[in-house]
Amino acid sequence: MKKILIAATAAMLVTGAGLFGASAADKLKVGFIYIGPVGDLGWTYQHDLGRLAMLKELGDRVETTFLENVSEGPDSERSIEQLARAGNKLIFTTSFGYMEPTLKVAKKYPNVHFEHATGYKRDKNMSTYSGRFYEGRYIQGIIAAKMSKSGVLGYIASFPIPEVISGINATMLGAQTINPNIKVKIIWANTWFDPGKEADAAKALIDQGADIIMQHTDSPAAMQVAAERGKLAFGQDSEMIKFGPKAQLTSTMNNWGPYYIERVKAELNGTWKSEDFWGGLKSKIVVMAPYTNMPDDVKKLAMETEAAITEGKLQPFKCPIVGQDGKEVECKGGTHLDDGQVLGMNFYVKGIDEKIPGK
Amino acid sequence: MGLIEAIILAVLAASTPLLLAATGELVTERSGVLNLGVEGMMIVGAACGFGGAWLSGSVIIGALCGIVAGVLMSLIFALMTLGLAVNQVATGLALTILGIGLSGLIGSRFVGEKISLAPHLYIPGLTDIPLIGRILFGEDAFVYLSLALVAGVWFFLYKTRAGLILRAAGDNHASAHALGYSVLRIRMFAVMFGGACAGLAGAYLPLAYTPFFIPGMTAGRGWIALALVVFASWLPGRLVIGAYLFGAVTILQLHAQGWGVGIPSQLMSALPYLATVIVLVLISRARTGGSTAPAALGTVFVPDR
Repeated sequence: MKKILIAATAAMLVTGAGLFGASAADKLKVGFIYIGPVGDLGWTYQHDLGRLAMLKELGDRVETTFLENVSEGPDSERSIEQLARAGNKLIFTTSFGYMEPTLKVAKKYPNVHFEHATGYKRDKNMSTYSGRFYEGRYIQGIIAAKMSKSGVLGYIASFPIPEVISGINATMLGAQTINPNIKVKIIWANTWFDPGKEADAAKALIDQGADIIMQHTDSPAAMQVAAERGKLAFGQDSEMIKFGPKAQLTSTMNNWGPYYIERVKAELNGTWKSEDFWGGLKSKIVVMAPYTNMPDDVKKLAMETEAAITEGKLQPFKCPIVGQDGKEVECKGGTHLDDGQVLGMNFYVKGIDEKIPGK
Repeated sequence: MGLIEAIILAVLAASTPLLLAATGELVTERSGVLNLGVEGMMIVGAACGFGGAWLSGSVIIGALCGIVAGVLMSLIFALMTLGLAVNQVATGLALTILGIGLSGLIGSRFVGEKISLAPHLYIPGLTDIPLIGRILFGEDAFVYLSLALVAGVWFFLYKTRAGLILRAAGDNHASAHALGYSVLRIRMFAVMFGGACAGLAGAYLPLAYTPFFIPGMTAGRGWIALALVVFASWLPGRLVIGAYLFGAVTILQLHAQGWGVGIPSQLMSALPYLATVIVLVLISRARTGGSTAPAALGTVFVPDR
C-alpha cells in the first residue's frame, strides 16, 4: 500500500509533459505552457490554433516550443522555468492557475517576457491577457431563454473563480431579459477536463429537467450527451458542431491568433511592454460560432445582440446589477460594472438560487 | 424514464470501466505482480479502441483493438519486470507515462472524429418493464461483460486448480517454483490478462461513454482501479461493491449539486475518495479472516537454475 501511495505521488509529479520543437539559430524563441493536451478540442486547442496562426505569419523569424498537460500550481513553475532556461524570450502561460508560478519565474528572469492568460497579477516583464468571454455568454443566455421549454438551464461549471462566475452571471442577465423567471442549475465538475465526468454532469442536469446545456469545461462530452438526448447545447471555446449537429446553438470561441501575432511582432520590434489586455467581440478575441438549430427570430435577436455588444452599445453588466442578497451592486464603471469588478466577481446575481461553493 | 432509473443507469456506466480495469489488476496482483501502469494501458486501449472502431465502423473490432493494445502494453511490462527483473513500481509508472504519450501519438489523427455509441441491449417486453427493465435488460454489452468477467475470475481463482496455482505464485513464489510451477510463465499470463482488461476498460470510454477520442480522456481512472483492488482487499466480490459504490458516489454528488444540497461542491467531489479511505479503515479494523495482500506482491522473482 505504501508503495502504491509513493508511486501515485510520483506519477502526479511526473505529469505527461512532452517537449516539442527543435532549435535553430537567431530565431526568436517563443514558449507556450498548456493546461491540457493540444487535442482537447477546447481551451488548449484554441491556444494552439493561435500559436499556429502566429507561426504562419511570422514563422520565418520565430520558432515555438510548447509544453502540454502541465498541471496548475507550484508544479508548473518548473515547466515555466525550463522554457525560460531554454532561451525562450517570450513565454505565454495559458491558464489561470499559472499566475503565481509565472510571477515567480518572471522575477527570476528579468530579461524574459511573460504573458499570463486570464490572471490579474502583472510585473514589468509580465503581461496579462484574456478574453471577455462573458460577452458571448450573455448572447447565449438570451438564446437559451428563448429556446428553453422547461425554463431550466443546465450549467456545467469548472472551478469557482471569477471568470466562471462572471460567465454564469452574464448568462443569467441575458436570459432574464427574455424570461425574468428563468432558472439555472449549476453543477461544479471541479475539473477543466474529464470527458466522462462532464458527460455525467450533463446527464444529471438533463435528468433533473434542464433542456439547454451550457458548459465551462473543455471537452465536447456535454455537447454529445445533449445531442444524444435530443436537447440543445452551447459549445465551449471551440466549434463543437460536429459533436451535436442538431444540438449546438452556437459556441463562444476563443480566437487567440490576432493577439499572439501582435505580441510576438512587438517582441521582434523591441516594443514589447507589460500590459493588461482584455479583448472581446470587438477585438475578435471572442468569436461566435454560426447560430444554428434555432428559429430565424431568435437568430436575428442573437445577431443584433452580438452587434450591439461589438459596437459598445450594450454592456452585459449594465447597472443596476442586483446581487443574490437583493442589494444593488456598487456601479464603479458609471453605467456598468468596471473591469475590476468583473475580473474579481465573487457574487451571483439575483435569480440564481444556488450558492457559490465554499462561500 | 424516472430519475432513480436514470441515476442507476449513469452509475452502471460510470462504474464499468473501473470494474473492468480493476478485475484485470486484481488477477495480476494475485499472481504477485504489482502493475502500476493501468492508466497507461487504459489510455492506449482508448486510443486504439477508438481508432479500430472509427476505421472499421464496428464496436466489436474497436473493443478487440483496445484489448490487443492493452496486452501489447502489458507485454512491455512483462518483459521488463519478469524477463529482466526490473523494479515493478518504477516500470509501472514508466508504462503509464509511456502510455499517455503513445496514446496522444496514436490518437492525434482521430482527434475531432466521432463514432456512434455501442448499442444497448433491447429485449421486447423485458426491457420495457418499468423501473428495472432498462437497468437489467437495457445496458450495453460491456456492462454485462464486466460482471461476467468478475464472476469468471472468482470461479477461476477459487474453484480451479490453475487459480490455486496462480494464488500460490502470488503468495510464495519460491514454494510454487519448488513445486515445479513456472512462476514467470504464470505471472506473464496474469500480467497479460491485466493488460487485456485495462485495454478493454480504456476502449469502453470512447466506445460506450463519450464517443470521441481526446488525449488524456481516462483522466485518472486507472489509478482509481488500482485503489479499488486494495479497497476490495484482493477479493473479486468486494471489487464489484467497491466499483459500484465509487460510481454511485461520483454520480450522486453531481445530482446533489443539481438539487442544490448546501454542501460545497469541492467537498462532494472529494466524497468518492473519502469513501474509499473510510472503507479501507473499516476493513483493516474489522479483518476477520478476510484476504490480505498477496504475500509476494511486488517482489521480483528470479528462478535459480
